[in-house]
Amino acid sequence: MRFEYFQLIDRIVDLDVDNQTIRVQATVPLSSTIFEGHFPGYPLMPGVLLLESMAQSSGWLIIALHEFSRMPFLAAFADAKLRSFVKPGDVLDISATLMHQGSGFARTRAQIHNDGKLACNAEMTFRVVEFPNEELRAHMERAAAALAFPRKVADPLGGRAR
Amino acid sequence: MSSTFDAVANIIAETCDIPRETIKPESHVINDLGIDSLDFLDVAFAIDKAFGIKMPLEQWTQEVNEGKATTEQYFVLNNLCTHIDSLVAAKGA
Repeated sequence: MRFEYFQLIDRIVDLDVDNQTIRVQATVPLSSTIFEGHFPGYPLMPGVLLLESMAQSSGWLIIALHEFSRMPFLAAFADAKLRSFVKPGDVLDISATLMHQGSGFARTRAQIHNDGKLACNAEMTFRVVEFPNEELRAHMERAAAALAFPRKVADPLGGRAR
Repeated sequence: MSSTFDAVANIIAETCDIPRETIKPESHVINDLGIDSLDFLDVAFAIDKAFGIKMPLEQWTQEVNEGKATTEQYFVLNNLCTHIDSLVAAKGA
């Protein structure tokens, strides 16, 4: 993770287009100014950042399923549960599944496992729209490469709209 | 259509916490029921899943924005239910 760039996942471990699932790995930094405030003497990864890490994992799944033709923007959380503390250095296994791809929106379900135990889970809704500009799309392409994004994906949602 | 309306009205009542008795076939989703675009995504998700369809919301919105259709044509419930029935029928064809 690189908190300062709001990058909360490190690499894509598995991307299954047919089953519409993704698994990613993310390591909580050992130190950060965030921990100095959250909390002094008892550093914990903030729950909202755990939710964001699930959102980013889901977002990459949606981007993959649209073959980089559309950008997901987080719109809502539902049934979010933060079940256990996550600490600096923890290695997180994050998975997400597409529940439904609607017209202009998507809904996913995601989980975070920490040392084999369920730490966090939620459902999310995204607005899925055309990239607002080429700069953002190019940035997402570069970010994908840094995450070991498997680029040989088909276009299972039907047509690449550019 | 009545069973479609009942299903849709129940979805709206449960999803948006709106009293079921206030939801009528002539109700406009936005103007009468006060459902905003974000809440409507929850409604659309539930409708899509319940009926096994994918409502073409982007197409409908574009038609309204371009003046080719009115919001009433898609977002008054009896009209919405007619469109849902058509999508279900097309799926089965």
